[in-house]
Amino acid sequence: MVTLKINGKSHQVDVEEDTPLLWVLRDSLGLTGTKFGCGVAACGACTVHVDGVATRTCVTPVSDVADAEITTIEGLAQGETLHRVQQAWLDAQVPQCGYCQSGMIMAVAALLKETPKPTDAEIDEAITNVCRCGTYQRVRKAIHAASA
Amino acid sequence: MGKKMKLTRRVFLVGGAAVGGGLLVGYGLMPDGDPLSAASLLKTGDGEVALNAWLKIAPDGTVTVAVPRSEMGQGIYTALPMLVAEELDADWSKVTVEQAPVDPIYANKTLLLNGLPFGPEETGMVPDSTRWAVRKVSEWLGILATGGSSSVRDAWVPMRQAGAAAREMLIGAAAKQWNVDAADCTAENGAVIHKASGRKAGYGELAATAATVERSGMPTLKDPKDYKLIGTSAERLDLPAKVDGTAEFGIDIRLPDMLYATVKASPVFGGTVKGFDAAAVKDMRGVEAVVEIPGAVAVVADSYWRAKQALADLPVEFDDGGNGGVSSESIRQQFLDALDGEDADSYRDDGDFDAAISTASTVVEAEYAAPFLAHATMEPMNCTVLVGDGTCEIWSPSQAPTLVQWTAADILEIESEQVTVHTPLLGGGFGRRAEMDVVAQAVAVAKQMPGRPVKLVWSREEDTQHDAYRPASISRFRAGLDGDGKPVAWWNRIASPSVTESYLGRHWPWAAMGGPDPSNVEGSADMPYSVADVRVEHVLSKTPVPVGYWRSVGHSQNAFHKESFIDEVAHAAGKDPYEYRLGLLGDHPRHAKVLETAAKAAGWRTPLPNGRGRGIALHESFASIVAEVAEVSVGADGAVKVDRVVCAIDCGIAVNPDTIVAQMESGIVYGLTAALFGEISIEDGRVVQENFPDYDMLRMAQMPVIETHIVESDGPIGGVGEPGTPPIAPAVTNAIFAATGNRIRSLPLMNQGLLVS
Repeated sequence: MVTLKINGKSHQVDVEEDTPLLWVLRDSLGLTGTKFGCGVAACGACTVHVDGVATRTCVTPVSDVADAEITTIEGLAQGETLHRVQQAWLDAQVPQCGYCQSGMIMAVAALLKETPKPTDAEIDEAITNVCRCGTYQRVRKAIHAASA
Repeated sequence: MGKKMKLTRRVFLVGGAAVGGGLLVGYGLMPDGDPLSAASLLKTGDGEVALNAWLKIAPDGTVTVAVPRSEMGQGIYTALPMLVAEELDADWSKVTVEQAPVDPIYANKTLLLNGLPFGPEETGMVPDSTRWAVRKVSEWLGILATGGSSSVRDAWVPMRQAGAAAREMLIGAAAKQWNVDAADCTAENGAVIHKASGRKAGYGELAATAATVERSGMPTLKDPKDYKLIGTSAERLDLPAKVDGTAEFGIDIRLPDMLYATVKASPVFGGTVKGFDAAAVKDMRGVEAVVEIPGAVAVVADSYWRAKQALADLPVEFDDGGNGGVSSESIRQQFLDALDGEDADSYRDDGDFDAAISTASTVVEAEYAAPFLAHATMEPMNCTVLVGDGTCEIWSPSQAPTLVQWTAADILEIESEQVTVHTPLLGGGFGRRAEMDVVAQAVAVAKQMPGRPVKLVWSREEDTQHDAYRPASISRFRAGLDGDGKPVAWWNRIASPSVTESYLGRHWPWAAMGGPDPSNVEGSADMPYSVADVRVEHVLSKTPVPVGYWRSVGHSQNAFHKESFIDEVAHAAGKDPYEYRLGLLGDHPRHAKVLETAAKAAGWRTPLPNGRGRGIALHESFASIVAEVAEVSVGADGAVKVDRVVCAIDCGIAVNPDTIVAQMESGIVYGLTAALFGEISIEDGRVVQENFPDYDMLRMAQMPVIETHIVESDGPIGGVGEPGTPPIAPAVTNAIFAATGNRIRSLPLMNQGLLVS
């Protein structure tokens, strides 16, 4: 049994300790907003916040995060009010297929917490998520809008 | 009698043109419904009323549009409802969307037109009657499919008609209720108005009566100058769910009592399972079953992770199907031998090439090569299946839901009517999701677990190594120039496998006859440049590597080959490559305008500092014309950075300009990713690459600035999902040439002594 604190709620899950957090979120808890992309931490589709830090969950054993505050895309908005990154995403009409966007939004939300007004170079350095639809230009525009 | 017989009667190949290739001709039942009256197809909720097969209206005035195409990022859940809403005069803020059921009424009648050997503007008895026949055939086949940048083109007339017919019914309902002449009523923003009396009623109030209004004939469509919605950048209806994690993709399906499966197929193409030791893993926690399916083994467990762990530990042996000796090098040699041979299929033979080349004052020759490419959709392959007693329910993020239905019916030996297909959102498609491999596997696994839903999910490694790849090809050119540098003779011979033959072979082996496949030469045989004596040929060179529809299909490699070579020819003539192209477009004013728009916006003649260069490319595909100018920096160390891309597109009618801009950006990134890094290589009959670390993707740091210009025209409506892809590779390599004098004739750039990250 592992106890996890996700989006402010406590959950007990009966999984092997080395199970990646991604599969606990998706299969055990039904939080399917966090996506499986590569399984080797190369694409960022599975990004959530662990104690506020952007973390790729497909390689994060669940036992490593047992005492942490975990936030997933489902917990990013404050009730009905979207997080400013989510709102900027709608304003710039960023997503296309949308599959990578949960991870992209979580990565950007963590970046803006750390670096409120990132330069283009800082964005390039920090946001290494893969978007196969190629929404990068709009991602950049939305990051600047959200950090204004 | 099995399902196979039924399929055999339904579809057969007569050769000619079609699914990008041989003409599939089918016969059987004509769809018996009229989409303007078959309202019963749509499931209605409390108080909802369907007015035809495309739309229903709720008491609060919400209009739900049934979209029979798959949303895979291209914005079809917005563009198609816009067509209905425009003619319906709906209140756009009350328009919502749902996936239409699988029914032949919604067949895509435009997709197969991509395979025809003439462009959308060509008229005359042969093109017109062939187009008519292909539309009829598509109607008979009744296939719902999303691809070939065809959705808006296909829906352009019927979905506007659906909106207009419903508007007539709503006006009729109001006229009846108010006892006035329908001609004195107008529709506006979701309501019917009778100006004379000042009466007004919302669509929600009128829908129930409207459903009883008899109407006949085709409704009158608006004059385009009266459009309020078409031509505007309406916000996408699918995006709110894509920023808060609630959007449901195929891989997100969760059902009560669901099991999870994952598979390992023979790593060598064509290999089969020799044996496996299920006992070694069956006691692992959560494992429910280890099953053999054609060419693969699957582990079924109570979670994906446990299934994956058990599969990794499962001892399994495959044979190599006799293909263990195949490699990229053997395939390259095979293509070269094919090019050197006597036989080739002719796709264009204008004038007398041999005579013209013999009189040319300059001859230019070159050979280009493009590699196999994987699609790498962000959402890994998946399919969820529940097999019941003589029934089947499937959740498949597919580009071809009708084929999903047929595939399941075939494997389970039941009627296709017993198969219910749901199409959730697709996390990318790009042609990969026109394949039925994952569906067939999931049905085969679920068949062994009756009564329990099974979600099959592939690992990324399985996806990279078991795709239906963009074909590798080698393309040879010879051009003759006259004393003024004008091209007078043009020969192009291409060696590659055929996508159509490979696709048909996987899905209907009896239909794959290796007939002509226009996708082999698309973009080359129909190039717009004026040359009197032209010969374009293809040599079919089959390999064990399955090939499929990859965003823009044959255009993806042929544009690189053709637009690089015309650049070489321009330089051989001592001419500016933009001016040279423009000079050959006398018969193609739309192409000329697109080229000029891109060049002008890019500042073509503005000098660039040393180490930087501009390249241009022009290419028509899927009835749209696109030109791109790339600005590239090449460092002393060979580091290549694409700084800026200026794109111009003429797609006839621009339904949603922002979506068109987004699709140009998307198509450019897809093509640029391939140009920089894309290569699937083969060793020992299997794919070398496994995952993103060795099949790399463009990211923020490599992203150029992209500017898109939509060129107004009165041309026929064109597609936008794919046409942005073909020109980018040659625009970039032509720019590298302009910057360095290094002519790139083979992709990807990372193999050409250049640093691309």
